[in-house]
Amino acid sequence: MRHLLGIEGWRREEIEALLDRAEAHLPGGSASSSVLQGRVVANVFFEDSTRTRTSFEMAAKTLGAEVLNWTAQGSSISKGETLLDTVRNIEATGPVALVIRHRSSGAPHLAARHVRCAVINAGDGTHEHPSQALLDAFTLRRRWGALDGRTVLIVGDILHSRVARSNILCMKALGARVVVCGPPTLLPVGIQQLGTEVAMHLDPVLPQADAVMCLRLQTERQSESFFPSTREFSRLYGLNAQRASKMKEGALVMHPGPINRGVELAPAVADGARSVILEQVANGVAVRRAILEVCV
Amino acid sequence: MSPPVLFSRGRVIDPRNYVDSVRDVLVRDGVIAEVSEAPLSVPGAQVVEAQGHWVLPGFIDLHVHLREPGEEGKETILTGCQAAVAGGFTGVVAMPNTKLVNDSSLVTELVLSRARAANLCHVYPAGAITKGLKGEEMAEMGELVSAGCVCITDDGRPVMNAGLMRRALQYARLFDLPVMVHEEDLTLSGKGAMTEGPTATRLGLLPIPPSAEVAMVARDLVLLEETGGRLHIAHVSCEGSVRLLREAKRRGLHVTSEVTPHHFTLDDAAVGEYDTHAKMNPPLRLRRDVEALREALADGTIEAIATDHAPHGVLDKQVEFDKGINGVVGLETALGLTLALVHEGVLSARRAVEVLTDGPAKAFGLPGGHLKPGAPADIALVDPEAKWTVDAGRFFSKSRNTPFHGRSLKGRVVQTWVGGRCVFDAGQIKESR
Repeated sequence: MRHLLGIEGWRREEIEALLDRAEAHLPGGSASSSVLQGRVVANVFFEDSTRTRTSFEMAAKTLGAEVLNWTAQGSSISKGETLLDTVRNIEATGPVALVIRHRSSGAPHLAARHVRCAVINAGDGTHEHPSQALLDAFTLRRRWGALDGRTVLIVGDILHSRVARSNILCMKALGARVVVCGPPTLLPVGIQQLGTEVAMHLDPVLPQADAVMCLRLQTERQSESFFPSTREFSRLYGLNAQRASKMKEGALVMHPGPINRGVELAPAVADGARSVILEQVANGVAVRRAILEVCV
Repeated sequence: MSPPVLFSRGRVIDPRNYVDSVRDVLVRDGVIAEVSEAPLSVPGAQVVEAQGHWVLPGFIDLHVHLREPGEEGKETILTGCQAAVAGGFTGVVAMPNTKLVNDSSLVTELVLSRARAANLCHVYPAGAITKGLKGEEMAEMGELVSAGCVCITDDGRPVMNAGLMRRALQYARLFDLPVMVHEEDLTLSGKGAMTEGPTATRLGLLPIPPSAEVAMVARDLVLLEETGGRLHIAHVSCEGSVRLLREAKRRGLHVTSEVTPHHFTLDDAAVGEYDTHAKMNPPLRLRRDVEALREALADGTIEAIATDHAPHGVLDKQVEFDKGINGVVGLETALGLTLALVHEGVLSARRAVEVLTDGPAKAFGLPGGHLKPGAPADIALVDPEAKWTVDAGRFFSKSRNTPFHGRSLKGRVVQTWVGGRCVFDAGQIKESR
């Protein structure tokens, strides 16, 4: 039994072993589909999510587990119950793992200190989203064989992105060069210490990338004046067809979803030949099966 | 009438009176009667063998939250005073952000009457700058002063309205009252949970830039220069603020300031893996800020150590980091952490004692803080070599929220005397009656 609280702390060999396991969990793979037979996995989602929750649910069910789906809406949270009481109560019903999504950074870490079952971070605040990074790395590894020496460019709201943090750590661990790009207001101080390079302007770095990962732009950041308008953001950082044409031959386009079509990604690029967005989603189930197997 | 008390052959450190040598201190009728280089022989006196110990003026803490009235589950005036005397403090300034806010004589009188009932140390109430700490209308300063308030502050909250802050500084001149400020531009700190820097970025916690503090320090120094009066800057935490303070003092502005033991000891790395015991406002800063604070304490830019003793319950801290309440307790660990600066060679023993005693007393014009004959016999007897480990479970404070649990410290309070009466001895509070 172990936790997956973040990519931080995972060694390259552990990440690679997990990705190797994920290969076996692809459709038609050699992994057993009854590893979690008779066990219960609890999806504990304090924050809305469609694809991560569905993906974990699919992963658990196809390993033979029963899935308890708990959401904050309509729960005792509205009556003032604390995070710890909630997770302890759910744990008391007997799941082998809690898959936790929460809007506060560190919430799964707090839970992990107080429960005995495995805690899997399904996204905490602006901290980490490790299963997303693992499925992104898995997708790239399947395309490239290895990430060593490749350049991954992450574009957009780095400050508020848990996907960016986990991906920087994961891609770096696997030998890639990572560059983050966004307006200075959305580049957190000291991000370089995670091992990434920083660029403010997209056009000069775009041709260097073997993969471009566009992040979802949360439109409420405009009202907080992190940038003047989505129009201007899109003009400076949106990946449209004309920009995409300047990418390296064979370079890939990624997105953790859900996409703001026409803002960070033009529809033609999102659905174009470079896009591996739906592969990411499909691979997510295999990677999460491997995560559940390793943690439980 | 209690017998005279003779503190025999201790190292007396009394910065105000330039004393730092082995002396005898004689206490009669609650006041210092004599400080003598030669051994004294006083028939009938109670003798306190102080050899190997430091005999110091009782410490004065300009910044303490006693939580009463309103949050007696966290602390009461009695338990707060017990924690104070256990830490060698003989006087504490009680912040007004209680529930009821201390913005009227009624609350001031309540605090004073509870303090009299506790009968352990001096409690000096601080009144609010604005009614209800709302930052909208000035509280009745004259009434607060008459009732016994020694300063005004909206501590915990800045006065964001610069016009109102300017008038508060002007009006406080009427009473020669220090105006204590919590410096935070809320538009800069926003929803931030810890200081801006690599740790916040790694943990994905929204950052509070140092400018949130420094910009307000700058604003208030500009206002002070225009208005005159007395400004006291609470819990200074960053290098930028120190720089501004140093420059303001050079130009002769009447500004004083304080630093907390947690800010001069810990940097942002103490947040570790979302440890809410390291969550406070202002937040723990970067190492270079810690170094700047230490230097400022040593060179006189900052004149007081204050604990910002902020008791909270377990439930306030055992939550998600961004939801955790700010603040740590500090009265019982302040001396050990201050002496760590002496052991590390940052401060001389004399300077360490000065910033716990004379510095704060002078900043607010409080009695005590020194041992001149005629002064109140408020004394801390300290064993500077005693090694001990912080055990939050043994605090006299009702609360346990400290980032220093388990830390080894050297230097401990052996006895605390207030007005010539021993109120704390060998780890025990002495009952007053």
